[in-house]
Amino acid sequence: MTGTVTAIDTGFLQSRRRRRRRAPSAVVAAAFVIVALVVLCAIGGHWLAPYPAGKQDLVATLQGPSGAHLLGTDDLGRDVFSRIIVGAASALTGPLVISLGAMVIGTLLGLLAGYRGGIVETVIMRWVDLMYAVPQLLIAIVVVGVLDGSYWEAVLVLVVLTAPGDTRIMRGATIAQRSLPYVEALRVLGVPGPRILLRHIWPTLMPLTVAQTFLNFATSLVSLASLSFLGLGVAPGAADWGRMLAEGRELIATNPWTAVAPGIAIALTAASMNIVGDWLHERLTSGSNR
Amino acid sequence: MRFHAVSVFLLRRLVELVVLVLLVSFLVFTLEYLAPGSIIDALLGTAEKSPQLVATMRHEYHLDQPFIVQYALWLKGAVQLDFGRSVMLNVPVIQAIASRMQVTLVLGFFGFLIAVVAGLALGIVAALKKGTGVDRGTVGLTVLGVSAPTFATGLILLWAFAILLGWFPVIGEGDPNLSDRLWHLTLPAVALGISGTALMTKMTRAALIQALGQDAIGFARSRGVGSFRILFVYGLRNSMVPILTAAGIVIASTLTGSVLIEETFSLHGIGTLLISSIQNKDIPVVQGATVLIAVFVIVVNTLVDVAYLLVDPRTRGKGITA
Repeated sequence: MTGTVTAIDTGFLQSRRRRRRRAPSAVVAAAFVIVALVVLCAIGGHWLAPYPAGKQDLVATLQGPSGAHLLGTDDLGRDVFSRIIVGAASALTGPLVISLGAMVIGTLLGLLAGYRGGIVETVIMRWVDLMYAVPQLLIAIVVVGVLDGSYWEAVLVLVVLTAPGDTRIMRGATIAQRSLPYVEALRVLGVPGPRILLRHIWPTLMPLTVAQTFLNFATSLVSLASLSFLGLGVAPGAADWGRMLAEGRELIATNPWTAVAPGIAIALTAASMNIVGDWLHERLTSGSNR
Repeated sequence: MRFHAVSVFLLRRLVELVVLVLLVSFLVFTLEYLAPGSIIDALLGTAEKSPQLVATMRHEYHLDQPFIVQYALWLKGAVQLDFGRSVMLNVPVIQAIASRMQVTLVLGFFGFLIAVVAGLALGIVAALKKGTGVDRGTVGLTVLGVSAPTFATGLILLWAFAILLGWFPVIGEGDPNLSDRLWHLTLPAVALGISGTALMTKMTRAALIQALGQDAIGFARSRGVGSFRILFVYGLRNSMVPILTAAGIVIASTLTGSVLIEETFSLHGIGTLLISSIQNKDIPVVQGATVLIAVFVIVVNTLVDVAYLLVDPRTRGKGITA
């Protein structure tokens, strides 16, 4: 285990073969910085933003970028830069709940299906197959739209659609662990099944779960933004990136930043989350497998 | 024996396909019950509701029947592509969908083509130049392409190429003739193709690197087999399974993505029809469009599974898992 990183090769994350394990590449570092910034905005956005997100200034509508308004103003004279900062909150909370919810459900069902097998596994995995076979975003759009769903109902629907991915991964990993000597030994010692699962198998699979949660976070950020771009979930006028993008679409000829800025915000945040997730996945799983 | 395994597999896939379609159709049918307000209210609007009128309409829409009978009746219609009448447009649902079909099909096909051609090319280049700056740059763009939502890239393209540079039209799908339509649909298709391209690149690159790393390739090289033959005959052929998987995912995501892209570029396709029907609670159209798209995706998934048999003889022998 002396610095031999033999993870799956995904190119730039592992910039040099001889690279020491500790130092992430510049891209990964940048991704971490972006994630940290977005989290900071999500927590303290209201204090950081130069203007209140909903403050209208009907004299200064649709201005281009200037010293007073870094990204200009929208059709109601609201400061775009401030709305981006404040919008980080709704961009992060939903995906956070979705990825954590999917993690909990997926872990429980995956462990159960992988360890117990039989009818339990069949039922769980058929449900997973069903969720995999249908176009997920389409289902989310239709269900949330027809129900007139709120933001949290959209979050709930996405939890149900995201959990199967976690379930599948956890099941596969559990099956791989089940036949290992330490599990056999525990079983011989008479340790009850649930205890083996939660105290012994689950901790070994933890790294996998964490990495997957980051990747889910990125996906659900984009899914939620897609829903709010279509006018589903988030209330009109809210400082939400997807919503701002939809409203900015009409204003793109006068102040393009009303649409381009939230677009870049979504893309950068999701990309950073993906990079962090990939990096964690390589780092955490390469050690535990050998 | 081998023939037997293949036919059992095909039969199982077919049964699964039918079960899935039935399940999805049932879910879609229940939408009508989940939706706030009744279809009668939607149909009558603000008109006066006499008890007789409501009773006749309930009968006409089979609302006086038990739930399961209603589903059976609806399914019977749906199999014949009869999803009822659109409340909003007052035409048969299938007619409303058919009139929007062309834009979505052209857009989807165009986007898929971009994804496959560009994705394969980039993936091959990155795999051959593994470890170089070209490779790392491609992979970096891939991460961004996979992460960025189609509507965001769409809007940025719209701003850059249609407004700043003025090379392409800003909105609409153009006249029905092919050249004008292609010109109008180029930007949307590129936007739609970007995430697919990224996925194809990622999978092609990874699969090809693995395939080219095999001992057999090393031997072939040392025996002087041409690099062209190594890449296309041995390398790519051995990477077909992951590439096919990616292509299947790209088709499905292109269809869903086209809902968002049509909305971004104000195109009159099935996507915008679906969204406006959702907003107006035009449930029959929502049901029809959703069932058609979902069935299409399910059929594509099944075809991809069957295609594995064609490209990889190893999958034919053993008992294939679903």
